Amino acid sequence: MPTALLRLFPIFTLLLSLLAPHAQAGDAADFVAANPAKQATLLETWSAHPDAARLPLIEALQKGRLASDSNKAPFIQTDTGWQAAEGGDAQPASEPKKLPLNNRLRGLVGTAQASHQLLAKEPAVRLAAAQQLQKSAKPAQLQLLNARVASEDDDAVRDALSLALANLQLIDPDPAIRLAAVRLLGETGDPLARTRLETLLDPAVETDAGVRTAAETSLAQVKRRLLMGELLGQAFSGLSLGSILLLAALGLAITFGLLGVINMAHGEMLMLGAYSTYMVQILFQRFAPDALALYPLVALPVAFFVTAAIGMALERTVIRHLYGRPLETLLATWGISLILIQLVRVLFGAQNVEVANPAWLSGGVQVLPNLVLPYSRMVIIGFALFVVVLTWLLLNKTRLGLNVRAVTQNRNMAACCGVPTGRVDMLAFGLGSGIAGLGGVALSQIGNVGPDLGQSYIIDSFLVVVLGGVGQLAGSVMAAFGLGIANKILEPQIGAVLGKILILALIILFIQKRPQGLFALKGRVID
Amino acid sequence: MKRRPFLKATLAASTLLLSGLFPYTLQAAETIKVGILHSLSGTMAISETSLKDMALMTIDEINAKGGVLGKKLEPVVVDPASNWPLFAEKARQLLTQDKVAVTFGCWTSVSRKSVLPVYEELNGLLFYPVQYEGEEMSPNVFYTGAAPNQQAIPAVEYLMSEDGGAAKRFFLLGTDYVYPRTTNKILRSFLHSKGVADKDIEEVYTPFGHSDYQTIVANIKKFAAGGKTAVISTVNGDSNVPFYKELGNQGIEATETPVVAFSVGEEELRGIDTKPLVGQLAAWNYFQSVDNPTNKKFVDSWKAYAKAKNLPNYQTAVTNDPMEATYVGINMWAQAVNKAGTTDVDKVREAMAGQEFVSPDGYTMVMDKTNHHLHKPVMIGEVQDNGQFNVVWQTEGPVRAQPWSPYIPGNDKKPDYAVKSN
Amino acid sequence: MNQPISLTLAQKAGPKLTLGIGAVVLAILIILPLLHLLPADNSLQVSAYTLTLVGKILCYAIVALALDLVWGYAGLLSLGHGLFFALGGYAMGMYLMRESAGDGLPAFMVFLSWTELPWYWTGTQHFLWALCLVVLAPGLLALVFGFFAFRSRIKGVYFSIMTQALTFAGMLLFFRNETGFGGNNGFTNFRTILGFDITAQGTRTALFLAIVALLTCSLLLGWRLAKSKFGRVLTALRDAENRLMFCGYDPRGYKLFIWVLSAVLCGLAGALYVPLVGIINPSEMSPTNSIEAAVWVALGGRGSLIGPILGAGIVNGMKSWFTVAFPEYWLFALGALFIVVTLYLPKGVIGLLRKKGEQ
Repeated sequence: MPTALLRLFPIFTLLLSLLAPHAQAGDAADFVAANPAKQATLLETWSAHPDAARLPLIEALQKGRLASDSNKAPFIQTDTGWQAAEGGDAQPASEPKKLPLNNRLRGLVGTAQASHQLLAKEPAVRLAAAQQLQKSAKPAQLQLLNARVASEDDDAVRDALSLALANLQLIDPDPAIRLAAVRLLGETGDPLARTRLETLLDPAVETDAGVRTAAETSLAQVKRRLLMGELLGQAFSGLSLGSILLLAALGLAITFGLLGVINMAHGEMLMLGAYSTYMVQILFQRFAPDALALYPLVALPVAFFVTAAIGMALERTVIRHLYGRPLETLLATWGISLILIQLVRVLFGAQNVEVANPAWLSGGVQVLPNLVLPYSRMVIIGFALFVVVLTWLLLNKTRLGLNVRAVTQNRNMAACCGVPTGRVDMLAFGLGSGIAGLGGVALSQIGNVGPDLGQSYIIDSFLVVVLGGVGQLAGSVMAAFGLGIANKILEPQIGAVLGKILILALIILFIQKRPQGLFALKGRVID
Repeated sequence: MKRRPFLKATLAASTLLLSGLFPYTLQAAETIKVGILHSLSGTMAISETSLKDMALMTIDEINAKGGVLGKKLEPVVVDPASNWPLFAEKARQLLTQDKVAVTFGCWTSVSRKSVLPVYEELNGLLFYPVQYEGEEMSPNVFYTGAAPNQQAIPAVEYLMSEDGGAAKRFFLLGTDYVYPRTTNKILRSFLHSKGVADKDIEEVYTPFGHSDYQTIVANIKKFAAGGKTAVISTVNGDSNVPFYKELGNQGIEATETPVVAFSVGEEELRGIDTKPLVGQLAAWNYFQSVDNPTNKKFVDSWKAYAKAKNLPNYQTAVTNDPMEATYVGINMWAQAVNKAGTTDVDKVREAMAGQEFVSPDGYTMVMDKTNHHLHKPVMIGEVQDNGQFNVVWQTEGPVRAQPWSPYIPGNDKKPDYAVKSN
Repeated sequence: MNQPISLTLAQKAGPKLTLGIGAVVLAILIILPLLHLLPADNSLQVSAYTLTLVGKILCYAIVALALDLVWGYAGLLSLGHGLFFALGGYAMGMYLMRESAGDGLPAFMVFLSWTELPWYWTGTQHFLWALCLVVLAPGLLALVFGFFAFRSRIKGVYFSIMTQALTFAGMLLFFRNETGFGGNNGFTNFRTILGFDITAQGTRTALFLAIVALLTCSLLLGWRLAKSKFGRVLTALRDAENRLMFCGYDPRGYKLFIWVLSAVLCGLAGALYVPLVGIINPSEMSPTNSIEAAVWVALGGRGSLIGPILGAGIVNGMKSWFTVAFPEYWLFALGALFIVVTLYLPKGVIGLLRKKGEQ
């Protein structure tokens, strides 16, 4: 029986291949059958000779949706099931296996997709494709690009295409074309153009002196633009670091700055805020997966109230008994921080937990060719300022704020005037903790969420508050942005480690000069 | 008559008190004690906790099969709290107070360096399960993780190959401690031998726990403009999340500038949203996604164990390379003890040479006859969006370890067998 | 709190009892290492583990005592004493590394491509110069930092945060491999000290005795200082610096002296700690360690000299025990201990004992 079956098998497969509509060799079948090296050549040929009909296949490749069944028949995964890649309504003979791609193939798929998209109707798609080709166009595409530049009717797309073409024309045998290409590249601020132009300065590479001189001029222009981008980038990263420091320190500016509690558990409030974000994310994933993108917004109030409640509970049970003994609060809150860290470790595990950025907080906007501003960082800068304004309003425009300031300035006098100092302490501590919780939400979007999260921010937070001047909101803001920017100016020059050491040394020196911080409370009281 | 019970009670009470104070001085003879020396608190708990659990699971498995030499294994778990001097103290305690037959533990190089003198002084036995920088071969340690030639060099060879993207420039980014330093030193010398010039190699270090990678990622972009670049990351576990997030946000893609990491495995990826990371690489000797029956059983029993013990986040439990190395190490030790017929360190050491074990990586792992390291296959995995790796390349078969890397001058004079560092 | 509790205690209990207890403790501490010299099979033998553990705790006790001098008496809470401790340790470590390296470079330098020793390693092969460094490195740093800090009258929380920043900067600096102190690994794998095998029973005994001697001397010195006029001025300075100034005293010299003394004591403790535990690395400078030292002092009782020593013993003893007995939960116990002590024992353990004594 088995032998008979075996003998029948070739006939059987032949029959099958005759019946199956997708069996004719098309692009998808070729690709599926090829080995990686052959696949690469295929993709390169496709990029040089785009065909609008091939776009669905390339898009499937790009999304990792191309698969093949046991007969090596290609299928594309759709949201509902499988569809034969060569058209028709054939069903896979077995569960199709996805085609593995390595990075090299993925890169080539990107190029192929771009050259196919040049044929698209929408100018925006063509523009994006042309910009992609500026980075990755291959010499084999020279002809294609030439043809597209000639037939393109949208100005922006044509400019972008000309640039992509210019990159390829740098090795054109005709010096006039090279010269034009070099001049064109001088108009960009693309870091790749810089490298390309630099190689032209070598007489062994570029024989024409005129082109060499033009390359020099263009290079100078490109360098100027690049420098501009770099400086802007540094300024932005300084601001971003500053806003993170500010969010980390703002809660402390209230608990430590106003109440005088050396709150070593402040870092853990940040950590709890971040874990609240994690919990909110989990709940969204489970109960409202459609609205998942909004979870950071919901996490804000949740984190605020969770940490504020914990803060108030701590104030009631522990810190309350330690007012007037500032250095001892340090020890008690240190103990609290140890307990909170280990508690989280036992509950959530010692490993970091995953807090994913929603789409609107991932990626960035390309401002200049060498400057991308990540959305998450821009949002955090805005958020930091928002929290500062909110805190300022709370402290200066509300009854609670008035009371807090009164208690800060003179506890006994305030009590005599009928301020319920105990309640004010509790609320203020809750406010400080809550703001730390808000900081935690922001931190969760750019870094780790793990039990040790708070530990890495506690020293920086204290430095910001002390440098700014205890009890001074404006001081903390200045100090945070100052530290952030100084750090980012120093880092490229002397490295991250020495930069940080130098900053610490500068802070120590600065405090010698102004022992009360940037903004000292003026007073004539002496103890 | 009344005196006796009182006497007894006093005796019992004092014994209780004593045993409370020195919990492990009274030991039962029918078990063999094994020490587990992994940080359960402090900064390293993030990585080491799962190794402790894996060790406990392996010991349970061995006990379920009847133990070793007919005796059950009794784990002694201590917490050195990520504190390096405390590692040495706990190691001494395990060896002299608890009299353990063997210790499984340590993660960081500094913790291993801290306990090494203790193990050499007291002739103890340590199994070290993590990839490391080499430059060490102690008779009292068995290294079940990778030496640099079993991880770093094949990874770079892959990056230079056509499939790996044919990288011409290399950005070596690491946390500033001895493993990245040594690895990068070896790699630089290796790259020189492949004709890569110094101007095409950039070496950058960050402090521990560095969380702001804006400047560094901007520098990578700048560097990558000069030609096909690959980033070789020896960034320590905790800093990886901010690093990868920044990479993704600044639009660096694996197809243009791949990042190959030596310290990022499945366990680390649990804390990262992997969607922006798809295509980034890691080099290890084992991935959870390796497809073979031994590994399937290994992964299943780990998931079952995590669930049974109610470990935090057991729903997403994963296995990784150091966990596999722990598993292999404990099993090999048990086999060696059975072969030697005793737990005596010198006899077990002898029995370990050439010991074989069918391991989850799909090969029969062999302990080298002389150099105390395993022969391991090297695999390059690409991050998938489900937090797993897809193996895109692997060596033909297991590679013998070269703990004394030939790319470091002076190492050619080192013996190829273990000698005490003193 | 106008005078040290231990003094009060001593007066209350009568000098004889205090002296008696002190003598017994001292005798135990001297006999302990001698018992270590017994052969291993003797039931009375004290194991190397116990000896290094107790020795380590005694080193911490010296740090606690030194911190008490500045915090308990002069009211300056330093959160950076780990730096001085580590500097002393590193100075001693340099000597030990040189000794185990012989004429060559220390091992870590060899494989990180150093070709010659940096200038600051000069002379460290000589034990005497290393000893000088043990005193000079923390001493000079404390002098410079203290001079500027006290000149601009930085005190209270500002001072604490500044010292914390200082030790953090120190940690980062030593952490860099380029700095030439072995980076994160620090120094380890020592072989001999003054030609004696570092793991030999005799060496451990001698080291232990040296630690006991240093602790005793520091305690006596602290006692003398506390009793003297100098001690009174310090206490006055802590309680009302301005009034003291109005009385015509210049507090700067007093503060600077006690500050430098405290730093040097820490350095000496660090120097003895390193050969005993066999490793020194930048984590000793981490701010956490320094905060812990403050916890020992607070737990034992500030301004009492004896208290901090007790505190160091209790916390570290508990740590050693808990990390074995309840490896996953010991931080809860430790954290709770800090909270309970600060809430209910404001004067520390020593305050509790005194209360008992009064009843």
